[in-house]
Amino acid sequence: MKEVIAFYPILIDGTITTIILTVLSAILALAISFVVGLSRISKFKIVRVLAIIYLEFFRGSSALVQMFFIYFVLPMWGIYFDALTAGVIAIGCNLGAYGSEVVRGGVLAVGKEQHEASLALNYSPYKRYRHVIIPQAIPVMIPTFGNLLIELLKLTAVASLITISDLTFMAHIIRVQTALTLEPFLVILVIYFIIASVLVKIVDIIAKKFSRGRNIMIAGEN
Amino acid sequence: MNNIITFDKVSKSFGDLKVLDQLNLEVKDGEKLALIGPSGSGKTTILRILMTLETIDSGFVSVNNEYLWHEKINDKVVPATDKHLQKMRDQIGMVFQQFNLFPHLTAIENVKQPQILVKKKNESEAKEKAEDLFNMIGLSDKIDHYPHQLSGGQQQRVAIARALAMDPKIMLFDEVTSALDPELVDEVLAVLRKLAADSDTTMLTVTHEMNFAQDFADRVLFFDAGQIVESGSPKDLFSNPKEERTKSFLRKFI
Repeated sequence: MKEVIAFYPILIDGTITTIILTVLSAILALAISFVVGLSRISKFKIVRVLAIIYLEFFRGSSALVQMFFIYFVLPMWGIYFDALTAGVIAIGCNLGAYGSEVVRGGVLAVGKEQHEASLALNYSPYKRYRHVIIPQAIPVMIPTFGNLLIELLKLTAVASLITISDLTFMAHIIRVQTALTLEPFLVILVIYFIIASVLVKIVDIIAKKFSRGRNIMIAGEN
Repeated sequence: MNNIITFDKVSKSFGDLKVLDQLNLEVKDGEKLALIGPSGSGKTTILRILMTLETIDSGFVSVNNEYLWHEKINDKVVPATDKHLQKMRDQIGMVFQQFNLFPHLTAIENVKQPQILVKKKNESEAKEKAEDLFNMIGLSDKIDHYPHQLSGGQQQRVAIARALAMDPKIMLFDEVTSALDPELVDEVLAVLRKLAADSDTTMLTVTHEMNFAQDFADRVLFFDAGQIVESGSPKDLFSNPKEERTKSFLRKFI
């Protein structure tokens, strides 16, 4: 174990890389979730069809193969990405597909009467979604988004296979250098667990913030 | 006085069920109208058509001398565009049976937000208007409560304030007390009675509260099977109904 701990500088680097990869992919995934999820309920059929094609493609094929495709195959056609960018795109697009279903479900969970009330007040479709429907859908989405975020963190481990020096990549290096197998993987297992726990906590805080006024908020009532 | 609302041979079906059958209806500017009749007789559908929540199958609806569901382009009458509907909707406000407040906003935010987003008022104008209205509905001490912290009657009063804040020419009340516990009905009806007495806004209410209809309305319409069976002043219609169907309906309320 001591030998492994001696490698702490690269473990820290790996942790930082994993966190960067997670955060960037999550931002991309979140943006894609909303764009694709809202496209699914567009009144234009072509938009809905494109969204379904996107969803089925990224959900229906392996994230690892998608990553290999972006990093190894696209350069053959003259499109180059560095490893981190390729990883973020692959993970973000993949989780974005799952996330779009969360957005769609959350938006559809808001009742018809809320649409009618905002129509009666003459909200434009954009204002209706921006100010009435989506704010009510977000608290519904957050717990599922939290689960997807943990999935995303775990998926970043495969990014080591396209030379991104994340935690898993570093564990391989330590293993090669020390000839130890159990210890380096045990250490990163714990680090992944700690990162995941922190993410769960952050999602909890966000969920509380967004549920304002919806249920428990009895404080201040007469 | 001019007619502010005209229905000209309007029909509407839901599947096989014909809810409005060649309906003709004229409402004068400033008139207070009560629509009564058995469930499923098409009363609510009239309000929902006016609020542009339901389309019509045939006929013409006019509001303020303009077609609602059609528009004239180069002297041709064509189905209304979204833009036309949006313009027409500006003149009409509606209060729903289930209140339909926005649950993520406080009571005062519910009344302020539409004024700011749709009427382009600034924060202080919207606030001032909202505070006046909360005073009118007697809920000045509850402005910062969320809808779930209010009783049904209080929520409905906020919903009335929210609709009034938009200064509509026409107000539609769709069975606004039907979802309330009996002891909460009166506080809502009191607000509506005051409104009807003080305001020259045209008002249409669908109700099952016959006493209220009597105080509120200049004219009462009795609906059955998608048609107006009988109409008249509350006094005439309630004390001296002519049609057999009206009589048998009213008997249930005595």
